[in-house]
Amino acid sequence: MSAVAATADQAAGAVRSEATPYNEAIVRMFTVATIFWGVVGFLMGVIIAYQLAFPLLNLDLEWTTFGRLRPVHTSAVIFAFGGNALLATSLYVVQRTCRTSLFGGPALASFLFWGYQLFILLAASGYVLGISQGREYAEPEWYVDLWLTIVWVVYLVIFAGTIIQRKEAHIYVANWFYLAFIITIAMLHIGNNLALPVSFLGTDSYPVASGVQDAMTQWWYGHNAVGFFLTAGFLGMMYYFVPKRANRPVYSYRLSIVHFWALTFLYIWAGPHHLHYTALPDWAQTLGMTFSIMLWMPSWGGMINGIMTLSGAWDKLRTDPVLRFLVAAVAFYGMSTFEGPVMSIKPVNALSHYTDWTVGHVHSGALGWVAFVSFGAMYFLVPKLWKREGLYSLKLVSYHFWIATIGIVLYITAMWVSGILQGLMWRAYDSFGFLQYSFVETVEAMHPFYLIRAIGGTLFLLGSLVMVYNIIRTIRGDVSAETAEDAKIINGAMAPAE
Amino acid sequence: MNWHEKIEKNVMLMAVLILITVSLGGLVEIVPLYNIEATIEKVDGVRPYSPLELRGRDIYIREGCYTCHSQMIRPFKDEVERYGHYSLAAESMYDHPFQWGSKRTGPDLARVGGKYSNDWHVAHLESPRQVVPESVMPPYAFLTKKNLDSSDVAARMETLQTLGVPYTAEQIANAEADLKAQTDPEEDTEGLLARYPKAEVANFDGNAGKVSEMDALVAYLQILGQMVDFTDLEAEDLRQY
Repeated sequence: MSAVAATADQAAGAVRSEATPYNEAIVRMFTVATIFWGVVGFLMGVIIAYQLAFPLLNLDLEWTTFGRLRPVHTSAVIFAFGGNALLATSLYVVQRTCRTSLFGGPALASFLFWGYQLFILLAASGYVLGISQGREYAEPEWYVDLWLTIVWVVYLVIFAGTIIQRKEAHIYVANWFYLAFIITIAMLHIGNNLALPVSFLGTDSYPVASGVQDAMTQWWYGHNAVGFFLTAGFLGMMYYFVPKRANRPVYSYRLSIVHFWALTFLYIWAGPHHLHYTALPDWAQTLGMTFSIMLWMPSWGGMINGIMTLSGAWDKLRTDPVLRFLVAAVAFYGMSTFEGPVMSIKPVNALSHYTDWTVGHVHSGALGWVAFVSFGAMYFLVPKLWKREGLYSLKLVSYHFWIATIGIVLYITAMWVSGILQGLMWRAYDSFGFLQYSFVETVEAMHPFYLIRAIGGTLFLLGSLVMVYNIIRTIRGDVSAETAEDAKIINGAMAPAE
Repeated sequence: MNWHEKIEKNVMLMAVLILITVSLGGLVEIVPLYNIEATIEKVDGVRPYSPLELRGRDIYIREGCYTCHSQMIRPFKDEVERYGHYSLAAESMYDHPFQWGSKRTGPDLARVGGKYSNDWHVAHLESPRQVVPESVMPPYAFLTKKNLDSSDVAARMETLQTLGVPYTAEQIANAEADLKAQTDPEEDTEGLLARYPKAEVANFDGNAGKVSEMDALVAYLQILGQMVDFTDLEAEDLRQY
C-alpha cells in the first residue's frame, strides 16, 4: 500500500523533464524569507537570553526591555521563520505531488507572500512600540489579527484549490498534514482572538472572554499553535522531504493514516495541561492530562514512520548531512513528544510549571525538531529551486549540524538543571519548618544556567550563519573544492570497472 | 484501509472531516466553563478595576509583565506560605485578558497588593537592582516620566461593560475624575472609595502636578489580591467542580 502513496511523488519526478508549469518563483521568495527571519528570530532569542543573564542589556529604554522583546523573539521564530518555512515547503510540495501549478496564479501567490510579510512586520513593530494583547503567542492586536485572517484564507484557497485541480488520483500524505495545519490554525486564530476594539481608530482592544474562560481559550490556542503550527505542518514536511532525500518510500502507509487522524483528534484536548492546579476546574485539568498522555502514541507512531523510512538507506546518514538534519529532527521530535506527556502528569507539572524546564522543553522541540527539519528542507530545496547541481559545500552543512547540535544540548541541559533546581528550591523547607529560600535566592541560583543557555543559543545562531553563507554561495552557483573532489570520487567509484 | 481512499481522493471531504475532528476537544473543554455555575466561586468583594487601576493594568499588559510574572497561586503549602491564599477563579472574573502567566522568572504577583509600600514599588520599578541587588528585572524608569493618557478611559470602561464587566453608568460618568482623585490624597475621595472599595489612594510617584504611567501601574499592583476578604470564608464556599 505504501507504493500508492509514493507513486504520486515519483510520477511528479518523472514529468519534471517536461516544461514544468510549477510556480517556483514564489517558493524561492518564501525560502529566502525563511532563512532571513530564522536568523532574525535566533538573534532576538540570543539577545533576550543574555538579558536574563545580564539585566543591564535591557538598556534602560522602553523599547528594548525583555517584556517587549520576548514576543518579538517568539513571533519571529514561530510565525516568521516557522511560518515562512511551512509556506515555502507546502507550496512546493503541493505542486509537485499534485503535478499542477498553484491555484489562483502568480498574482494571488504574490499577495500571499507580501501579505504574510506585512503581518510579521505589523506584529513585531507593535510589540516594540507597546501594542500587545498580552496573551502568549497571540500578542498581535485586533487589526493585525484581521489582516492575518484575510491572508490565511487566501492561503487555504490557494492550497485547497491546487489540490482540487491535481492530476493525481490520490492526495499525498504530506498534504493531509499541511491541510490540517491550515484549517486548524484558522479555527484557533479566529476563536482565540475574538476581541472588541476600544476604538476603530486605535490599536487597543479587550478580548471577549475573561478570567478562567479566557485562560482555557488561550491555552486551547496556545497548545495547538504547537500542535498544528509547529507539529502537523512540519510533519507534512517530514512526510515529503525524508522519503525524498532518502530515496525510499514512506515506511508504512497504514501508520500514516492512523498517525494523521489520531494526532488531529487528540492534540486539541491537551491545552489544559498548561493550567494544572490553577483556578481552572479539575475536570478540565484531568481531561487535558489524559489526552496529553494519549498523545504520546500518535506522536511516536509518526516518529517511527519517519525514522523507519530510512530502512535500507541507513548508510546515507553517514554520508549525507542534509538527511542527518532531517532524521535528527525526527529523533528530537520523539524526545520532546515523550517529555511533553511526562510534564503533563500533574505531580510532575507541580514541579516543572512556572520554571525553565518548560522553556527547555519548548526549545528541544523548536530547535531540535522545527528548526532542524526546516534546515534539512532548505538545504534540499535551494539547489533544486535555483537549478544547481548541489549545495556549495556539504562539509559546511556538517559543521552547521554539529555546531547547532552542541548548542541545543547546552540549551536544554541548562534549562533542565535550572528548572528542576528552581522548582525544588521553591518548595524546600528548613529544619524549623520555614521556607528555606527567599524568591530572589532562587533567581540568583539561575545565573550560571542562564549564561550556559545563552552560549548554547549563540552556537545555534552561529550555525545558522554558516547556513546563510553556504546557501548564498550555492545560489551564486559556486561549488567548493572539496565538494567537487567528492563528486569526482563518487562518479569515479560508480564508473564500471575496466 | 480501502475506506480511506474516498477521503484521500476528495479534498472537500477531507477538509470537513478535519474540521469536525479538531472542533470536538475545544467544544467539550470550553463551552461548559460558561454553563457550569460552580466554575466561578461565590465570593464577595471582587469588583471591576478603578479607572486608574485599569490603565495600570493596560500598562502591565503592554510591557509584557506576564512573560516573567504569574498571577496564579497554586494550592500548595509552599506557595500559600510564600504568596498567600491560593487564587480563585472569581478573582480574575473581570480580567480581560487573564494574566495568570506561565513563567516565574520573578515572583507571583497575584497577592502583591499591600505587601510593599508605594515608595518601594516606585523605587523598585525605576531601578530594580537598587532595591533587590540580585534581581534581573528590566528598569522601568520611563514610566515615571510619561504622562498617563487618560482621555479614553471612559471608552475603555464602556468597551469592557459591553463584554460583561458590571461597570455602572455612574462609574463611567466619573471615570476621569476618579482617575485623577486616586492620585491625590488631598481630594475628596469618598465617591471614589464608595465606587471602588479598597482602592489605594496616593500620590504614588511623588510628583504632585501630574498623573504618570507609574502612578497607574503601582495603583494596579496595590489592588492585586486585595479584593476578597478570606477571613470568614469556609472551604465549602470555595468548592469548584
